[in-house]
Amino acid sequence: MTQSIETAAAVADKPKFKTPLGEFWRRMSREKLALVAAAIPALMLLAAFAAPLYLPFGPDTYDYENTLMGSSLLHWAGTDEFGRDILARLLFGAKLSLYIGFVSVSAGAIIGVVLGLFAGYYGGWVDAVIMRISDVLFAFPGILLAIGIIAILGPGLENVIIAVATFSVPAFARIVRGGTLSLKQSTYVEAARAAGASDRIIMFRHILPGTMGSVIVYFTMRIGSSILTAASLSFMGLGVDPSTAEWGAMLSAGREYLLAGAWHLTFFPGLAIFLTVLCFNILGDGLRDALDPKLNDT
Amino acid sequence: MTTGGHCTAADDGILLDVDGLDITFGQGATPFAAVRGLDLRIGRGETVAIVGESGSGKSVSALSIMRLVEFGGGRIAGGSLRFQRRDGTKIALEALSEEEARDIRGNEIAMIFQEPMTSLNPVLLIGEQIIEAIVTHQDKSHREAAEIAFEMLETVRIPNARAIMKRYPHQLSGGMRQRVMIALALCCRPQLLIADEPTTALDVTIQAQILRLIRDLQKKTGMSVLFITHDMGVVAEVADRVVVMYRGEKVEEGPVETIFAAPQHAYTQALLNAVPRLGAMTGTTAPAPFDRLAYGASVQEVEEAVPPRPVDYGTPPLLSVRGLTTRFDIPEGLFGRVKSRVHAVENIDLDIWPGETLAMVGESGCGKSTTGRSLLKLVDAQYQSFTFNNANMSELAAGDLRRLRREVQFIFQDPYASLNPRLTVGFSICEPMLIHGIETKANAMDRAVWLLEQVGLSADHVHRYPHAFSGGQRQRIAIARALSTNPKLIIADEAVSALDVSVQAQVINLMIDLQRRFGISYLFISHDMAVVERISHRVAVMYLGQIVEHGPRFRVFENPHHSYTKRLMSAVPIPDPGLRDRDRPLITGEIPSPVRAIGDVPPPVRFEQVHDAHFAACE
Repeated sequence: MTQSIETAAAVADKPKFKTPLGEFWRRMSREKLALVAAAIPALMLLAAFAAPLYLPFGPDTYDYENTLMGSSLLHWAGTDEFGRDILARLLFGAKLSLYIGFVSVSAGAIIGVVLGLFAGYYGGWVDAVIMRISDVLFAFPGILLAIGIIAILGPGLENVIIAVATFSVPAFARIVRGGTLSLKQSTYVEAARAAGASDRIIMFRHILPGTMGSVIVYFTMRIGSSILTAASLSFMGLGVDPSTAEWGAMLSAGREYLLAGAWHLTFFPGLAIFLTVLCFNILGDGLRDALDPKLNDT
Repeated sequence: MTTGGHCTAADDGILLDVDGLDITFGQGATPFAAVRGLDLRIGRGETVAIVGESGSGKSVSALSIMRLVEFGGGRIAGGSLRFQRRDGTKIALEALSEEEARDIRGNEIAMIFQEPMTSLNPVLLIGEQIIEAIVTHQDKSHREAAEIAFEMLETVRIPNARAIMKRYPHQLSGGMRQRVMIALALCCRPQLLIADEPTTALDVTIQAQILRLIRDLQKKTGMSVLFITHDMGVVAEVADRVVVMYRGEKVEEGPVETIFAAPQHAYTQALLNAVPRLGAMTGTTAPAPFDRLAYGASVQEVEEAVPPRPVDYGTPPLLSVRGLTTRFDIPEGLFGRVKSRVHAVENIDLDIWPGETLAMVGESGCGKSTTGRSLLKLVDAQYQSFTFNNANMSELAAGDLRRLRREVQFIFQDPYASLNPRLTVGFSICEPMLIHGIETKANAMDRAVWLLEQVGLSADHVHRYPHAFSGGQRQRIAIARALSTNPKLIIADEAVSALDVSVQAQVINLMIDLQRRFGISYLFISHDMAVVERISHRVAVMYLGQIVEHGPRFRVFENPHHSYTKRLMSAVPIPDPGLRDRDRPLITGEIPSPVRAIGDVPPPVRFEQVHDAHFAACE
């Protein structure tokens, strides 16, 4: 009958099948600054885990002879009101703060993104139910909601994570739902549907990556604020034990000595939080560029 | 710094004298030269057209006259632009400070753009935008300016101008918005109007109205017009003199009659050949590709002179649908009660035979695109019967929709929007094969390469992203993707409308070529009668959701029966300057609305037989 299109001619130079994920990694490898930014928290963690090997103090080594000392060769970042080495506490706190920030926001993001995607894509009652629930969550100030959840679940590290994750969910759902609503109308989504793509392929291959740019930027900002929220909870005695070496708890505790001239008690935890948040922001920028071929490809 | 050099000279009738204009983009040792050594003269009251394809430097040249090119990262690197002001002084536009340039812009030189939606501020009332322009440049009070604005809107023939002044841009149709843009440009009585592709985004019928309007206004006010376009048909309608540009250089210049009668440069000839001429196919029944298009080495042509294959109308049709109806509810009020519906498609019958091209023509909003979407079930539609490839699709079991979407592929108007910007074109072409399990991942890429070669692109394009291609190349990619599942039918929805005329001709040639080689059927949806004449075997004319005339292409075109078909055909620009002032029945006013109250169903169309297979609605 007709000459079939299937008779593919032999191609001399066989091109490799490149998946979208592989392409993303290739582009990400070009974002040098973002890779550096990703390395700094990673190095912090490494230094924290290796601390017992090179630091003579633990985070809870008391030394009442040397309280509120400034920087010295022995105590690089000085000591606190109990004579505990601040560097040791910072390193130990890096593990804790990054753990709380990352895990809680990740949990909130994953749940929020999936909910937002379903709400935006299917619309109707699915959308109505999901978005009304997130409206209710939005109506509470974040910290109040977290306190409420802690009040139900009881204090403790895991419950802090659950609390912080819970109030991250509606924000992510909103962001993804908005992006989904506009991308759902786009011609290339209609083109995919016309080609026979299933809902799953359309949602996760064609729509989700398009919303990831704003999600990732928000994710990185959220890590910083989550660390602070967790710290606030700790300060109120609702989170980790106030004496635990956690950046936010250290910051809160050091506040009292600010006017007494012991600025290093708040400066170094603040610097650690600042540096971490900055790194995640730069990393977020890099990820966003890597997700958008227009900005990255030459 | 230097200010605009003033020198008085005797009035030589030359409004703008561009001499040796060089425009560059980018910094560094080798900036990109967008325009090289352009000479251009515009006399008072004269219309000069700059013609060329995308990227030829025509728009950039116009922007440099307005001194707007700097805002896009360009620079006037050399040459002079002498402009005679209203008071008779000559100034050097290239030496003006930004402040002096603002005094010229909108006041003595005005500009209208291609996309009237994005050039109007969406949050300001129409009236306010015009008033603002008047108050900026003239010593007028707000009340006086409002009166002038009203007169301007009347001048550009906007009905009910007082009410329109209190509307927002999104409440107007595309043609209306372009009229507002023209009113806005003319409100300070400029000496020079620069029109940058003002009708490219509009329907052919609206284009004819706008072109006539610009010509009438020019006669009335005596202003000069610099018209920028890629369409030689439009040039023939408006220009006194023509400048042809190719890759930043002027290749030919002359009076419009000479350019059309005896084009000297090969590129001008290729441009003229690419213009679809209504009536060029008279006496033939099958589609035929354009001749002698190739100029330059921009796109490799796929030309192996495959003979046309005749369509056998004795076989049952590939696709047959009866009583196709698509309506959209319009929810109103607090509780979203439906009081009216858009009758997008109203009770139409369609048959498409294997290997044939059925064209659907009509204006924006007539329901032709919705028809295409309804056939693929991208929108909810009702029908009495629907068979495809001898299978009943009315019930639509789960597997049927998948099979339908494998064997019927879709090409969209905007190829850039229809390709996912985050996926390589190779993956986009592979995706339909993977979805339908036609090829394994390992083999899919080979086939993608082969398909790219079939549409005139090369193997090393597979790993690039859509943004790295030109408009014509993107449409080729979209065609390659449509071919990937071995479809029996391709629905091409305005597939060439957004392309330059020369590229449009290449893509049409490609589609004809692919049909001859693979026996694919097309449902070709378009508003352009001249393009439709080129590519189709049969034609259906749509108006307000209903088909008003259908039949073999040569019958419909050589003997149009319905008055709407005749008016559609008369709106097509004729690439012959001699026929410019012909008297023709233009479609005036707006495209009517297909919104009807519930229960108000339009009566079914009754057809009369004009000839064997040629039917027209009774009027």
